[in-house]
Amino acid sequence: MALEEPFASGDSLIHHIDPRIRLLCAVALTLPTALLKTFDPALTALGAGLLFIVLARLPLAIVCKRLFVVNFFIVFLWLFIPFSTPGTAAHSFGPLTATNEGIALASLITIKSNAIILSLMALMGTIAIQDLGPAMQQLKIPNKLCHILLFTYRYIFVIHQEYTTMRQAMSARGFAPKTDKHTYRTYAWLVGMLLVKSWDRAERVHGAMRCRGFKGRFYTLAQFTTSPKDYIFLAGCLMLACGTIYIEIIHRGLS
Amino acid sequence: MSHAIIELKDIDYAFPNRDNALNGLNFHLHHGEKLGLFGPNGAGKTTMLHILMGLIKPQRGEVVLFGKTMQDGASFDEARLKIGFLFQHSDDQLFCPTVLDDVAFGPLNQGFGKDEARQKATEALKQVGLSGFEDRVPYRLSGGEKKLVALATVLAMKPEVLVLDEPTTGLSPEAKVRLIEILHGLDMARLVVSHDPDFLSATTDRLRAMRDGSIRPGELKPHTHTHVHEEGDVPHQH
Repeated sequence: MALEEPFASGDSLIHHIDPRIRLLCAVALTLPTALLKTFDPALTALGAGLLFIVLARLPLAIVCKRLFVVNFFIVFLWLFIPFSTPGTAAHSFGPLTATNEGIALASLITIKSNAIILSLMALMGTIAIQDLGPAMQQLKIPNKLCHILLFTYRYIFVIHQEYTTMRQAMSARGFAPKTDKHTYRTYAWLVGMLLVKSWDRAERVHGAMRCRGFKGRFYTLAQFTTSPKDYIFLAGCLMLACGTIYIEIIHRGLS
Repeated sequence: MSHAIIELKDIDYAFPNRDNALNGLNFHLHHGEKLGLFGPNGAGKTTMLHILMGLIKPQRGEVVLFGKTMQDGASFDEARLKIGFLFQHSDDQLFCPTVLDDVAFGPLNQGFGKDEARQKATEALKQVGLSGFEDRVPYRLSGGEKKLVALATVLAMKPEVLVLDEPTTGLSPEAKVRLIEILHGLDMARLVVSHDPDFLSATTDRLRAMRDGSIRPGELKPHTHTHVHEEGDVPHQH
């Protein structure tokens, strides 16, 4: 088992854009989207997200599967927000009353989340992990963030393997999880042991890196080149981002 | 004899709340020497190697590398680049997304440019017989392949001496044979630490024993034991 990257191996217009530009575009589009408060710009962002998915020619089945995961969490918002937001009553379900304002807010969150996820899948999901680290580094994103990303990617598999080994050893001694104190305590120990083992491993990895002359800075073999096409794409994304912000300002004013 | 590459003098080391792991340990390795260090688990072999690489600091004693006494972290930084240290577990040593990145990591740290580092990495991979593995993902390799990639990562730095910590851990018999063949092709000084006598006699010229935190006086002389395996009734060599 390893982290799968089903989106990174395509051969579309978007896959050929410089990873650094894709990263910039993703930030430029998703950050304003997260701050929107009105419908028209949110729908524009959703349309943009769909457009990128089409441009990246991502396998639709996997896209839907990921959207399902995100929307699964959003369902929980729909259980609470319509009923807990003050405003004019729309529908009553027994003692509970949903308000127009609540339904509007829940819809807005749903649209924004899906817009962001679609853009991220198409723009960031298509960057292979070995390019993402260097791309972040070259964009002067703090070294610590780049290192965290790189090591999480590399060692999550090893940690998962350790978890599986311990879990099998537990089963071999007759452990079957139940809803009782024994189960909770056992899981707590398991997690604790994983932390201890990860810490030890981190120490050993750091030692091994020092032995190869590591002094806190990563050098990379990756070489990215930008072409005019990349800049046109960046300009397009920036215009789209500005457009969304502009529509938002028309609706909301500059307050 | 020429001056020692690695010299440890009167080293004491204890882990917190435990008896001494190393007791007045003395050790030296000279240019061109191929020395094997044999000892049971818990004899302090790995602790000794981590001290000579400057990864842990002994409570007492002196580490002298390439004729220079190591005072602090900075002096180790320079000496480490000339010692190729192969860790017992390759998973601790390989951390990059691709094999090529991992092998080029050392040369890049040594200050070589991208093209040179790439070239050195490709050469080192060829040296261990893994040409064509450049774009593979290290953690998806077999145990033997990981060990060879790890060896390539230290060879790419052109070390003056190789230090191998239990190199046979987790290797299949075929992978072990391959590792021995590759080591036969390298003529730099080496220190091999292992509890596998067959591997030690195949890869080193002299054997010393380690027990209870120090190195026993005198050399070990290999002698034969009866042993059992499938091809036992056919004449063969080890």
